[in-house]
Amino acid sequence: MPATFTRHPTEIERKDPGIGGKPPVDRRPTGGGGDGENWDNQPHGRNGPRELLIRYRLGVMFALAGDLMFFVALVSAFFVRQTTGHFDVHDNFINDWRPLAVPPILWLNTAVLLLSSAAMEMARRQLFHEIDVMEEWLGLGRPAVKRAAPWLVAALVLGVMFLAGQWIAWEQLVREGFRFTSPDPSSHFFYLITGIHGLHLVMGIFALVAALVGLFTLKKIELRQIAVDSVAWYWHTMGLFWVFLFVLLVFFQ
Amino acid sequence: MSRIFSRIFTTDHRRLGILYLYLALAAVVVGTVLSLLMRIHRVWPDAVIPFFGVMKPEDYLALVTMHGTLMVFFVLTTAPQSGFANLVLPAQIGAQRMAFPHINAAGFWLTVVAFLVLISGGHIHGGAAISGWSMYPPLSALSASGPGQGLGVDLWLISIGIFCIAAWLSAVNMLATILAERRAGMTWSRLPMTVWGWMVASILTLLVFAVLLAAVILLFSDRHFGSSFFIPMGDMINGRVVGHGDGSPLLWLHLFWFFGHPEVYIAVLPGMGLATSLFANFCRRRVIGYRTLAGGLVAIGLLGLAVWGHHMFVSGMNPYAGTAFAMVTMAIAVPSTIEVIGWLAMLWGGGMQLRTPMLFALGFLSFFIAGGLTGPLLAQPALDAYLHNTFFVVAHFHLVMGMAGVFSVFAGIYYWFPLMTGRLMNETLGKLHFWISLIAAYGTFFPMHFAGLAGEPRHYDRLAGPAISFPSLIPVERGITFSALLLGAAQLIFLWNVYISARRGKPAEANPWRATTLEWNDGALPNRIERGPYEYEFPPDEGGLHLQWESAAKQE
Repeated sequence: MPATFTRHPTEIERKDPGIGGKPPVDRRPTGGGGDGENWDNQPHGRNGPRELLIRYRLGVMFALAGDLMFFVALVSAFFVRQTTGHFDVHDNFINDWRPLAVPPILWLNTAVLLLSSAAMEMARRQLFHEIDVMEEWLGLGRPAVKRAAPWLVAALVLGVMFLAGQWIAWEQLVREGFRFTSPDPSSHFFYLITGIHGLHLVMGIFALVAALVGLFTLKKIELRQIAVDSVAWYWHTMGLFWVFLFVLLVFFQ
Repeated sequence: MSRIFSRIFTTDHRRLGILYLYLALAAVVVGTVLSLLMRIHRVWPDAVIPFFGVMKPEDYLALVTMHGTLMVFFVLTTAPQSGFANLVLPAQIGAQRMAFPHINAAGFWLTVVAFLVLISGGHIHGGAAISGWSMYPPLSALSASGPGQGLGVDLWLISIGIFCIAAWLSAVNMLATILAERRAGMTWSRLPMTVWGWMVASILTLLVFAVLLAAVILLFSDRHFGSSFFIPMGDMINGRVVGHGDGSPLLWLHLFWFFGHPEVYIAVLPGMGLATSLFANFCRRRVIGYRTLAGGLVAIGLLGLAVWGHHMFVSGMNPYAGTAFAMVTMAIAVPSTIEVIGWLAMLWGGGMQLRTPMLFALGFLSFFIAGGLTGPLLAQPALDAYLHNTFFVVAHFHLVMGMAGVFSVFAGIYYWFPLMTGRLMNETLGKLHFWISLIAAYGTFFPMHFAGLAGEPRHYDRLAGPAISFPSLIPVERGITFSALLLGAAQLIFLWNVYISARRGKPAEANPWRATTLEWNDGALPNRIERGPYEYEFPPDEGGLHLQWESAAKQE
């Protein structure tokens, strides 16, 4: 059975049985529980319907943790480079950092990327909606796919729009005289940070296309869920990274 | 043809583990030969070496760089971590396969590509990079600074960049495997110690290789795209001003050592886990203070992320920062000492079976203590100011990281050889290999302490010859070289032993060391793990073995 997510809580919270009532199984002194979480209460063999999903989510999360450190390194380099300089012959401290005015289109791009992330989340949720998933699992058509696909396409289009917007921002900067090869460290960082983030998004676009293809070609609903879920977490994280990087580029020049 | 193809480009983790070991073997052979050439050059600087001729100073520096890079990245990172973990980790946690077999295989092949790119640096015009394995700018950022600093450094950067991505991929796979693929009942306190070592090392890999990748990209950009992240203003080479911009070489040092110090623990943590397992197995004793020792491994890993500044005491870093780094560095001696005391407590009662894997584990312990004791000395900024650029540091890290790491790899190979080939390695040759290696390793690296205390600088290509600066050290140097040659020769015994034992060794039974951990379980796995990894009975007898794959009830 695939993993689902329900809009209403299905399990009614069990009330304390009070004196005389039987305690729940896991709290009986004769069995279960014992020394906390020791996996003894889990079923034998397969670790439940979410096993595969959890594995892939863990993989994506670990990969993104490494990626986070990559951006942390770039950002700390940004702050260090801002303050470095040299002393001239009159013992004045000279620093070559020239703040860069970020092209205003970046604000629009940020909004577009956030919208894209929202669309992605809508697509992801469709695939965990219990009734639809059950129907797909039982082989009664593919309602979840039908609902998720438009959102996925919307996320894809908005993502491409963001990348196009970044390209426009670069062209505007070049017109203002900030090229990568110009001697300003602030422009090096701008191109490097937006470029590497853009590269991540290009990979994300490929992953989105792959997820879209997978949505229609993968035989198991479980795998369809995993394809969309993994891409969604990657996409959200890239959105979040961009918000941080954008704040850095705009307010910490 | 397709069978050969699928045999080579396999996604089977056991096969990949063996391939990693082959890769590490190739790297260690090249790295050892390079180090022996360095030793020969230090004693006979004018000797004509085959393929080299008379070694020029830049050749010597290229040897230093390639030796360091090969040993640190392609031997000490690949063999104990990826090699052994691929070989036995899934079995030890009761999993059928790795979480992501294809990502795992991709990680291996990217490592191979990185290796090929690195060694191609030795065959190009100008030769390999000469900046040392830490590749300090500004000299590494400017190709005018030496013959190997053009294409040589570019190849080094590309190779290490690829290696970073490979290490990142295999760490993702390893962590997801440890967290999601354990068999039911394989709780945190039932994990073999090796798994703790691999897990902490994988977390470190994930966090620090990304930072190195960022630094490598910045340096590459400085070299080719006119940026100045690391190049200071007015930097001069051969009397010509080549610096542009206000970059900071110190920034590279911070980024590099944020990677570089945890890298030491990536190399040695798996060995610590393996040594714990072997001590328990060959003493037939439980691991004393299992939770403390496992927690110690985690503490070493976490503290290891906050000590990078002790590589930079003499770099012009703020002295207050140096004090803070000195404190944290000395704090790391606490969990390390806890580990050592735990091991000594296990060995205390005697009754050791001195088989070859156990000997190498004891050798690991010996080097870990001998090399570790000089750690708190070097953690003092005032002492480090004197010792930092001397052979004292060379002695320190070769003992605590190099020899300890390599001996743990030998212990692992002797121990798990039956899993790879179904045969045991020859004990007599193994013991011969051990004793010669132990004596020769101490003979090579221990005198370097005295050379360092006498002020002999490292990274200099010659002491003898026209400019004799340390005449009294020449005999010490000569002794070190002879000892290093002996150490190298002893490894031929090992290679012969591997070759002959894989073909004609004694066939091993299913559980030759009478171990309790799951990798020796030859057959079906239980649904649930109900025992800890080290439930030995003492004194050892046949009935007193509580195998981890048997149910707890059956034994009673």
